[in-house]
Amino acid sequence: MTKALYQQHAAKYQPQRNVLLNSWRAFWVGGTICLLGQVIQKFYMSVFDFTDKTAGNPTVATLIFISVLLTGFGVYDNIGQYAGAGSAVPVTGFANSIASAAIEHRSEGYVLGVGGNMFKLAGSVIVFGVVAAFVAALIKTLMRMIWPG
Amino acid sequence: MSVDLMTAPRLSRQTWKFTSDVRIQSSATAVGPKEAQGPLKDTYDKTYDDMYAGRDSWEAAEQRLMEDAISIAIAKAGLTADQVDLIMAGDLLNQNITATFTAESIGIPLMGMYGACSTSMLTLANAAALVNAGYANSIVAACSSHNATAEKQYRYPTEYGGQKPPSAQWTVTGAGAAVVGQGGTGPRITYATMGKVVDMGVKDPFDMGTAMAPAAVSTLLAHFRDCGRTPQDYDLIVTGDLAAIGYPIAKAMLAKEGYDMDQVYNDCGLMVYSPDQDVFAGASGCASSAVVTYGYIMEQMSQGKLQKVLVCATGALLSPVSYQQGKSIPCIAHAVALEGGV
Repeated sequence: MTKALYQQHAAKYQPQRNVLLNSWRAFWVGGTICLLGQVIQKFYMSVFDFTDKTAGNPTVATLIFISVLLTGFGVYDNIGQYAGAGSAVPVTGFANSIASAAIEHRSEGYVLGVGGNMFKLAGSVIVFGVVAAFVAALIKTLMRMIWPG
Repeated sequence: MSVDLMTAPRLSRQTWKFTSDVRIQSSATAVGPKEAQGPLKDTYDKTYDDMYAGRDSWEAAEQRLMEDAISIAIAKAGLTADQVDLIMAGDLLNQNITATFTAESIGIPLMGMYGACSTSMLTLANAAALVNAGYANSIVAACSSHNATAEKQYRYPTEYGGQKPPSAQWTVTGAGAAVVGQGGTGPRITYATMGKVVDMGVKDPFDMGTAMAPAAVSTLLAHFRDCGRTPQDYDLIVTGDLAAIGYPIAKAMLAKEGYDMDQVYNDCGLMVYSPDQDVFAGASGCASSAVVTYGYIMEQMSQGKLQKVLVCATGALLSPVSYQQGKSIPCIAHAVALEGGV
């Protein structure tokens, strides 16, 4: 049996993945995380004297704190299995990727273990995020030079 | 000097016949919490209710499982560590550290072996061959895997919230060991068929069952051909960890070759957990075939409920580097035939 023929044959045994159900789960969990962020932001604006713009930082910090806590308690990976991209895309997913790697490599020491490995997954996000931001800024600057004002 | 074909140990390039009275004299298993809740919970010698097994890292926990399995097996055989000539063992961690650290703490000479999840039968076959040839009186064959150390080695951090597909498998936290020697009342080790590396171009590391099924089929076909046997010559044939996707693929491939596996065939990956334990397609890891063979199967054989059993342990020989470089998954399977009765 050739490799191509085998893969064709084996494909029949693959379990069907319910894309619609998965999308719905990602939608409602991701939406709930964003809603929670909105509630936290309003809280900072009404209780403390933050403005629309300045409330962003403490809001993100609070979400990160919650995510790291849930990661430490071993809950966030279960949410991730259920929600997929819904819990991976928001900032909480980013925090989870860092916290989980830090916990994972704690037994190898603080410097080479935690420090050296905590950006194992998040490093990619940072690298490509910075590169994408640079390209976007470059395009914006060039546009300004061509069409000033 | 002519070789007597009736007693020649070499049947083919792949299959060995054990000509003397080589037996599994005793065996033992140690497992983690999830396995201890599975359907085979009563067949394990030692269970832990935490993943650290009282140690400070998962790697140390895996070592403890292997130490337990080996020491309990040696004690069950009525031996002391000094009376065992050799440990043949392997695991899934870089540089086989579970096997080496365990052999150091127990103080028995070691031959480390790596066959990924096929290590259980790789070590058992080699132990039987050395005992048969007279190079050793008593050898411990052992292997281990740990869910968290394997995830760390091959995939993402255990607490990372990435979604796994339904074809993924759950690495068994456990270890199994068997004492191999001449004589006694345990099951005889009669044949071993060593596998070829088979790669059918499957690249998805979350679908090991599909990758490994052709390797299992290749070894089983060689075994039936070389020994002149059929599946019906056995009371039970198990593969190591093909699980819910690889198992029906292997069964269908064997049927196409004219071997009816109905009634006799099962997969250890489907036996360790019950379907409601959230393990995706089923169990995997060196310990999958080891804890089933050295626990459940040995128990059934000693009670006379199973007479002839063929264990075909399956291994996916990938590394994190190889699959990140886009290479497909090479697989292997080794089979050992066990026969009960005195």
